[in-house]
Amino acid sequence: MADVAAPAPAAGYDPYATSGAFARARSRVGVYLLLGLFAAYYLLPLLVVILNSFRDLPEIAANGLIAWPRSFNPKGWYEAWDTYCVGGTCAGVKGNFYNSLRMTIPATLISTAIGALNGYILSKWRFPGSAFFFGAMTLGVFMPGQIALLPWAYILGAIGLTNSTYGLILVHTVQGISFTTLFCRNYYVNIPDDLIKAARIDGAGFWRIFRKIILPLSPPILIVTVIWQFTGIWNEFLYGVVFTSGREQPITSALVALSTNGTNVRQYDVMSAAVLIGALPPLLIYFFGGRYFVRGLTQGAIK
Amino acid sequence: MSSLSIRNLFKRFGAVEVLKGIDLEAHTGEFVALVGPSGCGKSTLLAMIAGLETVTAGDIYIADRLVNRVPPKDRDIAMVFQSYALYPTMTVKDNITFGMESRRVPKAEQAAALARVAGLLQIEPLLKRKPAQLSGGQRQRVAMGRALVRDPALFLFDEPLSNLDAKLRVEMRTEIKKLHARVGKTTIYVTHDQVEAMTLASRIAVMHKGEVQQFAEPRTVYDRPANMFVASFMGSPAMNFIPADLSSNGAPSVTFPGGDGAPVTLPLASAALASANGGKVVFGIRPEHITRYRPERGAGRPGIATVSALVEIVEPTGAETMGQVRLGGREIVARFEPDDAPQVGETVQLAIDMNKACLFDPATERLLPRAA
Repeated sequence: MADVAAPAPAAGYDPYATSGAFARARSRVGVYLLLGLFAAYYLLPLLVVILNSFRDLPEIAANGLIAWPRSFNPKGWYEAWDTYCVGGTCAGVKGNFYNSLRMTIPATLISTAIGALNGYILSKWRFPGSAFFFGAMTLGVFMPGQIALLPWAYILGAIGLTNSTYGLILVHTVQGISFTTLFCRNYYVNIPDDLIKAARIDGAGFWRIFRKIILPLSPPILIVTVIWQFTGIWNEFLYGVVFTSGREQPITSALVALSTNGTNVRQYDVMSAAVLIGALPPLLIYFFGGRYFVRGLTQGAIK
Repeated sequence: MSSLSIRNLFKRFGAVEVLKGIDLEAHTGEFVALVGPSGCGKSTLLAMIAGLETVTAGDIYIADRLVNRVPPKDRDIAMVFQSYALYPTMTVKDNITFGMESRRVPKAEQAAALARVAGLLQIEPLLKRKPAQLSGGQRQRVAMGRALVRDPALFLFDEPLSNLDAKLRVEMRTEIKKLHARVGKTTIYVTHDQVEAMTLASRIAVMHKGEVQQFAEPRTVYDRPANMFVASFMGSPAMNFIPADLSSNGAPSVTFPGGDGAPVTLPLASAALASANGGKVVFGIRPEHITRYRPERGAGRPGIATVSALVEIVEPTGAETMGQVRLGGREIVARFEPDDAPQVGETVQLAIDMNKACLFDPATERLLPRAA
């Protein structure tokens, strides 16, 4: 073993206090490069779909699906919205889009309201066995939706709500209660019990405490719950496909029907536009509400 | 007439018995402090008086009405919480009027009550603020305002000062005392701070392990503690305890081994009833009743006994100097004037005020009554 004397460190040199401006810049560039690469990788499909929705169909056929556009034509959007034939009717996906809205908005609001109430009861008005109820309810969080398909088919048939948006509202409301209850209960647990005691001595009852004390403290968790439910219900398509058909279908199910439309040519421009129409509401919700979503999940009830 | 009367009250949480037969009475206008270490059941007792906890057995009367099954809002009480429990989304004004709003009190009446309380507590400039915009002391005031606005039969305080810093705590303590003097409402005040209990209360209930150890005026609780727990809990530094032998032939006296091993005999100011334990007693004396012997001051006063002891530790606090001396095989705390404080290692002649001595039964730890 060669005995190499280590070079004597220069005075004031601390090997652990390295990284000059150059090294820092280099590592910074590396990080940006890597992250940029990942971002591009994830965003590329979206870009392709957006570009294709504005291209001429013949040009897509000539140049391929993934190519830089050499034409611009918003015709795909008009057709997708208004005239394209899905499942035998030629009125575009606008009907299905409205179906989705008519299904998602009430189901979101009702399941959130029930979740808030459940959470309030399970955190502030505990009763013998409430822990068991909570456990049973949150079991639904881990239950795959397919398990409930047959029971729901039976129930919807029995109450005459098959092939109806109201049926889907019912299904999504009930299926969502596990999540909304879990969210709200875990948030309300952090609200001090003394507030409830003080209000009870002040003469407020169950509903007045809920309305005047709990609800005003709830916006952060309600925003989280609404975003979660809205995107979840909007994007869900299994129940839509199974329990509705044709004009009654929500847009996610209609998109499936649209892609399996057995005609001659694949209408890539129209399909791209239709997919974007279907994806727009959750995107917008995340775009405007994402900030509150993160804040609501990380914030405690009271500081 | 009494505002509060509690008879043989029990509380059980599952197998745990938290309260074991509490008897307590508060006369109208009285200030009763419930004091004890944490886990003694004082907060549970208060919650039961408020109706926030159910009664396992026994009776609670408020203003001579049995309230065991009456909901909190109908008990004619107001409560101040340790955490203040101010409604965070409401302004100070809304916090104070929330109760009246719940009871549908007419608006004009609400405004008058609000003005009265805001004036009393000097919180008028804060009425539009939210609790988060208030300091600790201000929150405390608002919490009291919310209670005061009700004009109830009974005020309940649950450790209201323990979230404040030391200086503010003393200020608010004085203020609560003034307030009680002015409003004159019956008050039940839970605290773990024996100084708070001593300064505020007209009677103190010392609680330990779910039982009331002693319920008496502060002076009595301090001078004649019912047992060794009360004696050591009330007062800081705590009372000194020395195992001793009681002799009643001739002048009554107690004997215990001194610092050098030789027996020390101190004459008692008054005879104690013979202990059941063959003359064994625990001799209890508070630090302020042991100090340096000065012939010019001590001579001639009856009941002053002298003993010499070695000083081991000296702790000056400013107003007084506490010294630890070795006596009866124990560390005994004595109080000295700061200018007259001994040095460590010094052997001092101590004067013990035997008028203030307490004798306890070593087996039951109860105070032995004085012979008449």
